Amino acid sequence: MLLIDCPWCGEREHSEFSCGGEGHIARPDPKSASDAEWADYLFMRKNPKGLHFERWFHVNGCRMWFHMARDTVTHEVLAIYGITEKPPKLDGGEGGR
Amino acid sequence: MKYSIFSLMRQARDYHKNWPQAWRSPDPKPEYDVIIIGGGGHGLATAYYLAKEHGITNVAVLEKGWLGGGNTGRNTTIVRSNYLWDESANLYDHSLKLFEGLSKDLNYNIMFSARGVINLAHNESDLKELQRRGHACRLNGIDYELVNPEQIKQIAPIINISKSIRYPVLGGAMQRRAGNARHDAVAWGYARRSDEYGIDIIQNCEVTGIDITDGKVTGVQTTRGSIKTKKIGAVPAGHASVVGAMVGLRMPVESHALQAMVSEPIKPVLDTVLMSNTVHVYISQSDKGELVLGAGIDGFNSYSQQGGVDVIEHQLEGLCELYPIVKRLRIMRTWGGIVDICPDASPIVSKTPVEGFYMNCGWGTGGFKATPGSGWAFAHTIAQDRPHRLNEAFDLNRFETGLLIDEHGAAAVAH
Repeated sequence: MLLIDCPWCGEREHSEFSCGGEGHIARPDPKSASDAEWADYLFMRKNPKGLHFERWFHVNGCRMWFHMARDTVTHEVLAIYGITEKPPKLDGGEGGR
Repeated sequence: MKYSIFSLMRQARDYHKNWPQAWRSPDPKPEYDVIIIGGGGHGLATAYYLAKEHGITNVAVLEKGWLGGGNTGRNTTIVRSNYLWDESANLYDHSLKLFEGLSKDLNYNIMFSARGVINLAHNESDLKELQRRGHACRLNGIDYELVNPEQIKQIAPIINISKSIRYPVLGGAMQRRAGNARHDAVAWGYARRSDEYGIDIIQNCEVTGIDITDGKVTGVQTTRGSIKTKKIGAVPAGHASVVGAMVGLRMPVESHALQAMVSEPIKPVLDTVLMSNTVHVYISQSDKGELVLGAGIDGFNSYSQQGGVDVIEHQLEGLCELYPIVKRLRIMRTWGGIVDICPDASPIVSKTPVEGFYMNCGWGTGGFKATPGSGWAFAHTIAQDRPHRLNEAFDLNRFETGLLIDEHGAAAVAH
């Protein structure tokens, strides 16, 4: 069970939240993107073993989105930051592409 | 040694002191024709069918832990083939047919038991989905019959078909040829027969890197040294992204923890398998008497073989309402495994853009039932360097062409 420090509500159990998957994925221009680029955008994921930058939604709370940096092996929450913010620099990798 | 009643009697006479080891534990050779990454059921089945169907025996299976110690030993052992789309139906039914003859083929008792699987419907849309799937199955020659609550109650008396529960049982669909098998035995049986063909099964050997020259596979780096090869079949279960990254491939999968559990053993109360997608409960009874219960996945990426308690709680709530006799049972063990989920809930059994590198992954929450068929088709893909008719639709390229095989209805949580 994760304890998630929602930027608006404070610490709550993870069952109040839903995970929106990998964060910082930029949508390519649908007019110029090739099939391969579009497939990459839609389906391909980093799915790292270790540091992961992801989006979370406080669905049973304030219903606000935010970003989280989390270790996918230990489940340690390493950073929580706003939905429009860039990922912080952390040991083990950087978010975004 | 051939296992039979006579070998059993001979060994009994000698107080069971002279049973030979089921397979060797060799050191890796410097080079193999094919290397299989992952010694779970699918990897070992691939090795076996490479030898049996294609005569390729200079093969090594590299396993980072012990044989069948991952999802092969962690699933709820259910085998069925009642899928919606032709592509899946053909592949899973081929697998089910192989299961039916597997004990004899492997000379190893995998304890396949065609005790039937019933999928339950709890609302109108469930009923319609089961009917639609039933028509699809019949067109594909897969047995499938709709059953009403009273028939279900007759088959499985422990079920509560009262209309007053929160999600009442409105009906179900039964596949009588489906059932379950001993999961460990499937891995061990394949390992033993592969070993008899001369295939090296190398445990405690983790692949740490893959050598590529000019876009072609040339070898692997492992914790037990480097090994040369021109063909690699990766069967990494929950680690497809990790192994894919070794050759620069981005994979369309996300890894999640999936949980299961068993109750304390009780006398026989259930001789079939009951599954319910809507309330997310499935239940069968093992030969030891434990009720084998499957829960769902955690809703976020995970490589830790542990899941959240809330998922177990959710599954047990539904279980207690549907099968009230379990209320006073104790749960003996819970565990988790890492599964790779594809966006369309269908697997990838495919060539890749890297020459000599083949990928078999993305089986999500229901790979055990496919073990023989997956290995059979993957062995063909590796040996012939092209997919078999059975797995050509499960190409990695489908995410680019858009020809997805959406099996969320048949596969989502059910095994």
